[in-house]
Amino acid sequence: METFVQQILNGLVLGSMYALIALGYTMVYGVLNLINFAHGDVLMIGAMVGLTIIKLLNAAFPGLPGGVQLAIAIIGAMPVAMLVNVAIERIAYRRLRNAPRLAPLITAIGVSILLRTFAMMIWGRSPLPFPQLLSSEPIMIGGAVISHTQVLLLVLAAVAMGALVFLVEKTKMGRAMRAVAENPRVAGLMGVDSNRVIVSTFAIGAALAAVAGVMWGANYASIQFAMGTVPGMKAFSAAVLGGIGNIYGAMIGGIVLGIIESLGAGYIGDLTGGFLGSNYQDIFAFIVLILVLTVRPSGIMGERVADRA
Amino acid sequence: MALLTFDTTHKPRQSYASMAVLLAAMIAFPFIASQFGNSWVRILDMALLYIMLALGLNIVVGFAGLLDLGYIAFFAVGAYLTGLLSSPQFAALLESVVNYSPALGDALVKLFGEQIHTDGIHLSVWFIVPLAGLVAALFGALLGAPTLKLRGDYLAIVTLGFGEIIRIFMNNLNDPINFTNGPQGINLIDPIRIFGVSLAGEAGSKATVHIGGLSMPSVNAYYFLFLLLCIVTIFMTGRLQHSRLGRAWVAIREDEIAAKAMGINTRNVKLLAFSMGASFGGVAGAMFAAFQGFVSPESFSLTESIAVLAMVVLGGIGHIPGVVMGGVLLAALPEVLRHVVEPAQQALFGKVVIEAEVLRQLLYGLAMVVIMLYRPAGLWPSPNKEDRPAAALAKEEAEEDAEESRA
Repeated sequence: METFVQQILNGLVLGSMYALIALGYTMVYGVLNLINFAHGDVLMIGAMVGLTIIKLLNAAFPGLPGGVQLAIAIIGAMPVAMLVNVAIERIAYRRLRNAPRLAPLITAIGVSILLRTFAMMIWGRSPLPFPQLLSSEPIMIGGAVISHTQVLLLVLAAVAMGALVFLVEKTKMGRAMRAVAENPRVAGLMGVDSNRVIVSTFAIGAALAAVAGVMWGANYASIQFAMGTVPGMKAFSAAVLGGIGNIYGAMIGGIVLGIIESLGAGYIGDLTGGFLGSNYQDIFAFIVLILVLTVRPSGIMGERVADRA
Repeated sequence: MALLTFDTTHKPRQSYASMAVLLAAMIAFPFIASQFGNSWVRILDMALLYIMLALGLNIVVGFAGLLDLGYIAFFAVGAYLTGLLSSPQFAALLESVVNYSPALGDALVKLFGEQIHTDGIHLSVWFIVPLAGLVAALFGALLGAPTLKLRGDYLAIVTLGFGEIIRIFMNNLNDPINFTNGPQGINLIDPIRIFGVSLAGEAGSKATVHIGGLSMPSVNAYYFLFLLLCIVTIFMTGRLQHSRLGRAWVAIREDEIAAKAMGINTRNVKLLAFSMGASFGGVAGAMFAAFQGFVSPESFSLTESIAVLAMVVLGGIGHIPGVVMGGVLLAALPEVLRHVVEPAQQALFGKVVIEAEVLRQLLYGLAMVVIMLYRPAGLWPSPNKEDRPAAALAKEEAEEDAEESRA
């Protein structure tokens, strides 16, 4: 039972990170019908910039409390990630908006490789240790353990998602986004500047990815230039699970996938009689993706995804 | 490409002449290259394998217009299958089963016999190659199946995921039952033996192969085998492209719904694209395993999938000579970078500012972005307009429209 509660908690933590990343995929998919393959690498850039800021802060103001450092790192990483993602849209996707689908997919993967290589040149090849900034004292909840960093992560994810829901549902920009997602042409006729909407979508997605990236580093204490691929792929699976193009779907899908994954990793040993161990944790997202695509491609929240061409 | 042309429909005589010239050059090549050391021929051997991979991927990406981001996984399937079925690895596998569950293990040992329990399985190349192609094709179809009714984007993400997953399996399937020998990989894979002649050379012959009265270094023998396979692959994919099936692929690439309306069974045709593309990867993987003598998870990273994709994109999506050229350019690139760019940096700045490996990655990424933006049909597009993907056509039409409106 204790393992169960612990795995559920771990799943929530993991899932809220997936949800933050998945929102970036699903929002871009909503307005452009495009998988932004470089999104995982935007997360990596966020984490790297966050770490650099922490290092600079430590050099400039030694003795600054860890919580403040982490907050400044997140706030500093967000604009950089937003800038990178907006630049990606401008350079690699905008010209190809009316091209056949293969073209933007290939530029997306090219941009992803470029970002990764630049990061490797700037920050090096080997994994970088991410400092422990918050108290390492564990918090006990009903026999399960959670760290301060993880609590902060849950709070941040909840706040970020709340803000996003407010933005999409209550503001003018949000209404414009929903209109473009519905039909870009008609939205244009109604006076929506669709380019501006698309740019803001990329920027918001990147900001959420930056939060997730810095917190990923704080949680796992190690980051590397290639760290974006696996979370990117899993978050995409989460977006598909929730129903791609739907922001509530991305949130639910992220949390559900996180819980499936940590329960799976916790119990796979017992289930297979010790045949497979927790080093197979990464396969669950893939299995979920395949299952969802086969059984219910529209995902939990059920938006239409079949080919509209 | 004014001197050489491969446009057999419009200029048959010229193109057959250029093919003959090219073939002669290719046959003479290793003899010249081996004067500078066998390592150069080895590089050529690997380049030929990569060209085979690029041609296979071209079926999926170029003909059918479906993006496959984990193509190297099929290469891995072929290579590991060869590793399991023509090396002592199968003995280790049986041993681990005996340790895990003695009852099952003993039954299996009885089934396979004591010989296999001590030496492993050593299948001949005549079984390995078709088997590698078939198993890879099966994986290709399995992966493609869930995305059949969906947009091509999903295939990209599923294959990307599969490429990562298969590495997890390669790294971890050594315990409790040892299929892949984990991160160390499988060693002592048998070299290819054709009609009793081992292409690695007989024991004690210092890797010299004697065929009839002829003797040549082992790498040259592999070169000719791979060259032959490449020519076969070029021929097969060329015939496929202009077959009924090839035209169905193009129709799907250009407009799936229209293709369906024309009575094309899009499900079967797409599955065939996945599996045929994958089978070439599997065969190339089998060759790779036998050529290297060992396989390990490192050889099958995402970078390699991207490299193969970059070859197809750079040369010309859907145009076979273009893809071959892309393969030659990008397979030669790392060596050029290592032997030219690194010393040049050393001379200019006194140190290596950007390593060749990093530069290679940068060029792959840049090639994919720049080509797609400015020359979507690749460096060497097909002379036939209908063989080019719509990306190129859309751009040309836009330019024509712009000119018209100016006039």
